[in-house]
Amino acid sequence: MGTASRRQEFLSGMRDESPILLGVIPFGMIFGALAITSGLSTLAAQAMSSVVFAGSAQFIAAQLLGADTSGIVILMVVFVVNLRHLLYSASVAPHVEGLRPGWKLMLAYLLTDEAYAVTIAHYTSQGDARARHWYFLGAGLTLWVSWQLSTAVGIFIGAQIPRSWPLGFVLPITFIALVVPGLKDGASVAAAVIAGALGLAVGGLPYKTGIIVAALVGILVGMLVEGRKR
Amino acid sequence: MNPWLTMILAGLLTYGIRLSFIALRGRITVPDWFQRALRFVPAAVLSAIIVPGLFDRAGTLDFSVRNPQLWAGILAIAVAWRTKNVLLTIAAGMLALLALQLILG
Repeated sequence: MGTASRRQEFLSGMRDESPILLGVIPFGMIFGALAITSGLSTLAAQAMSSVVFAGSAQFIAAQLLGADTSGIVILMVVFVVNLRHLLYSASVAPHVEGLRPGWKLMLAYLLTDEAYAVTIAHYTSQGDARARHWYFLGAGLTLWVSWQLSTAVGIFIGAQIPRSWPLGFVLPITFIALVVPGLKDGASVAAAVIAGALGLAVGGLPYKTGIIVAALVGILVGMLVEGRKR
Repeated sequence: MNPWLTMILAGLLTYGIRLSFIALRGRITVPDWFQRALRFVPAAVLSAIIVPGLFDRAGTLDFSVRNPQLWAGILAIAVAWRTKNVLLTIAAGMLALLALQLILG
């Protein structure tokens, strides 16, 4: 395997991740601003973006820290909100199985929603599979750098971000762009529709536990639809 | 608990979740049905975040036809379906939302 294909994979990962930044950058800016208004220090707000590096969990953790919530409660909430990453980890595991431990440790750190969605689509596409961890690294690092910089901008401009900005909407739109092109058969459409409908129905469950319940049922329905065709 | 300690533990917890299966793979045997289930992970997890997000307006669910997020979301789904272009989908969705907010108020 040549250096050329590694570089090509790395650059492809960067390229495919970059349109998503249109959604990620405003989200990071809002986090920076929100963390400061919640009472976190500039340093703590910036550090959270690399220490935790998980958008939704950071939003909730910053607000809870600002409200003097007990540490144990915050950890429980972060655990539940990030539990979906367990599914991502299981999903990419077969593709990174042969890599050295150092690679696995690094790629696990970069396993966010946005890097996962782009990378898994690449892993399951046709072509030479040997250099694809470089694609993962390219996509993951692009997201990481953007997240750090947009957090810093958010901290800097702080409360100047208008409250009327519909920023809660950036995330669902970004995910639509990532999910819809991958719906290539009835089984995956069924999984998406059921998980989406259930996500709404059980959305009232505390701290996003509904996402996990809805996703598991969606996965089950997808498998049942797939099984019928066999 | 000190806020810094809480943050560091939250980071370790998140990292542990992300590393879990990546590290365990090869040491534990995964059943066949589990392998088949993984294909549906992206569509199921992200859809479970998308749909509530279309109805959630500043913390309350808005099921009315005057909810601009709903229409912008439907447009984004159509654009994503036809073009498979990420940038175009996000841009269309956000522009549609801004325009609809002006019209629907």
